[in-house]
Amino acid sequence: MPVIELENLRKDYGGATVMEGLDLTMEDGEFTVLVGPSGCGKSTTLRMIAGLEDVTDGRILIGGRDVTDLDPKERDLAMVFQDYALYPHMNVARNMSFALRLQRMDKAEIDRRVRDVAEVLGLTDYLGRKPAALSGGQRQRVAMGRALVRDASTFLFDEPLSNLDAKLRGQMRAELAETRQRVEKNMIYVTHDQVEAMTLGDRIVVMRAGRIMQVGTPEELFRRPRNLFVAGFIGSPPMNFLPGRIEEGRVVGEGFALPLGPGRAGGAAPSGAVTVGLRPSAFRRAADGDIPFRVEISEYLGATSVLVGRLGTARVQVEVDTPAPVRVGETLQLGVDPDQLHLFDPQTEAAL
Amino acid sequence: MRGGPAHTLPKDPLMATARRRANRLTPYLFVAPALLVLAVGLLYPIGYMVWASFLDWSPSQRIGEAEFVGMRNYVGLLGDASFQESVRVTLVFAAAVVSIEMVLGVGLALLLDRQIRGMSLLRTVFILPMMIAPIVVGLIWRYMYHPSVGVFNRTLESWGLEPIPWLSSPDWALASVIIADVWQWTPFVFILSLAALQSLPRSALEAARVDGASEWQQVWHIKLPLMLPVLIVTALLRLIDAFKVLEVILVMTNGGPGLSTEIVSLRIQRTVAEFRQLGTGAAMSIYLLLIVLVLTVAMFLFGKWREGRDARVRARAAEAEAA
Ligand SMILES: Nc1ncnc2c1ncn2[C@@H]1O[C@H](COP(=O)(O)OP(=O)(O)OP(=O)(O)O)[C@@H](O)[C@H]1O
Ligand SMILES: [Mg+2]
Repeated sequence: MPVIELENLRKDYGGATVMEGLDLTMEDGEFTVLVGPSGCGKSTTLRMIAGLEDVTDGRILIGGRDVTDLDPKERDLAMVFQDYALYPHMNVARNMSFALRLQRMDKAEIDRRVRDVAEVLGLTDYLGRKPAALSGGQRQRVAMGRALVRDASTFLFDEPLSNLDAKLRGQMRAELAETRQRVEKNMIYVTHDQVEAMTLGDRIVVMRAGRIMQVGTPEELFRRPRNLFVAGFIGSPPMNFLPGRIEEGRVVGEGFALPLGPGRAGGAAPSGAVTVGLRPSAFRRAADGDIPFRVEISEYLGATSVLVGRLGTARVQVEVDTPAPVRVGETLQLGVDPDQLHLFDPQTEAAL
Repeated sequence: MRGGPAHTLPKDPLMATARRRANRLTPYLFVAPALLVLAVGLLYPIGYMVWASFLDWSPSQRIGEAEFVGMRNYVGLLGDASFQESVRVTLVFAAAVVSIEMVLGVGLALLLDRQIRGMSLLRTVFILPMMIAPIVVGLIWRYMYHPSVGVFNRTLESWGLEPIPWLSSPDWALASVIIADVWQWTPFVFILSLAALQSLPRSALEAARVDGASEWQQVWHIKLPLMLPVLIVTALLRLIDAFKVLEVILVMTNGGPGLSTEIVSLRIQRTVAEFRQLGTGAAMSIYLLLIVLVLTVAMFLFGKWREGRDARVRARAAEAEAA
């Protein structure tokens, strides 16, 4: 299973540059997830790796081999397209077996593989149907199946679960996670759903406007986001951002004053201005808590509740354990652990 | 106005019924003039021709004076070797031009379906022959085929090869008119194929590339099957047209030498103008009309069949969505 390297990858469309100098190495047998908001260049990256999109500048190496100018079929990869890209004139079975038939694989072997994968994807009853006679979710599963029957060394997925309902998506996610344990293959997976990214990825690449904002394991991204964008993108509900100042070993803002651990905030600007990042889960209810919090909206989820209220004038989301629902209008005393505190430079948006 | 108080005027139920019937008839009233024109303009001549095909009628007679002969014209034609030959020539001509034009037109479209600069100009150049009047096409090719000053034989001569009797030998004449027709009508197939190609789902082709299909395999397994409906209709349109071709051959060979290029429409023209047998000519026209009609009905049925199939597919998709 080869290592995939992107070296200083650039992409122009006409005059517009949508990607500037992307550098990324995907290790052997790794499940890499590309996440980012719509239009950030996830599909473009994937399509360049697949060989469907010309590379304006830079190199793509698979297992040390420069494939930048090679045809897709010489790169030994399988891909699930964002818009399914099924063959309209072939039924489900023939769609799934197309690549195998081109390889002149043994008929019985093709049949066995198609049946196995169809079984897993719940498509057994639809093998004889044309794509036009399938629902969106079924088409998406066929697209998935077409990639999974193949024995490629690298799998590329472009939002393969985006059209499934919540339950099916959960099932397919579990199925993918299991497949990924079973087959040691490189998988590159594009999504803008950060739950998918967190649960599936060995490593997550967070992108924004054609740039990589951070690469890391799910835990690294969650615990040590390197900038404001990653902090806000990873985690649900999203992190709260509040303006603040550093004062005598504390960070102070409207409605809160929190002690800092030793050695924190070294890189803060001379004025001491910072952006404070607090995850909803960083708060806890504490009798000795020094943040009074009046609840304006209370969403009871069972074991926890998501509460919305204000610190000073800023709206804040808080997630706390709730043995019983919290009433709107109630005032809670909240505390925050110093090591749950994130500080960012308000100008550069980099973590401090 | 069943049950409940009627809010609309008039209250008289008889009047209301009359008014409703008038409303229903209104659309037909508007269509009537067009129908009339159609009936007079289209059906009258055809009816006239059908009637004439049962007559022994020479141009010097008025139609009322012609003798009614029943099916004699039709039966006579079945045993007429010249007519049979013209049907054979027509079939050979139509089959040859349509298959060559389909292969060339589709092939060109596959080659030129690229995003290259200057392509739109090239496409325009390609479709020019189609826009030239058939008479002119016939004249151009007649000059090009000219035994001594034509461009083909002059070229052959300059290469030191024997000249070819393009239009003057029975062995070559049919091939020569086929070449001219191919030149004029390949662009038609080309344009329709190109349009079909450009409306193919791009992503399916990309998927095929990732699945390991070579250029040729993409054409064979993806592009051609997806273009097939358009190709079938195109071939039928060309076939219908090929059965009715007249001017180009008239100008180039006038059916000769011998009967080698005498297609049915030329035979009809000669029967009427030269042999002065209007009735027999009409009967031949009816035979030709029948052939074309069969093709047209085939095309129509094909369209119906596809519609029906699409409807079934959509119904199943709706079912799947519901499940
Ligand atoms: N053919 C094209 N011509 C011009 N610009 C393009 C083209 N394809 C994509 N782009 C631009 O490139 C950028 C990246 O597009 P891309 O499809 O990679 O986004 P994405 O991250 O996959 O978004 P999404 O999550 O919506 O699928 C976008 O700004 C888009 O407008
Ligand atoms: Mg995309």
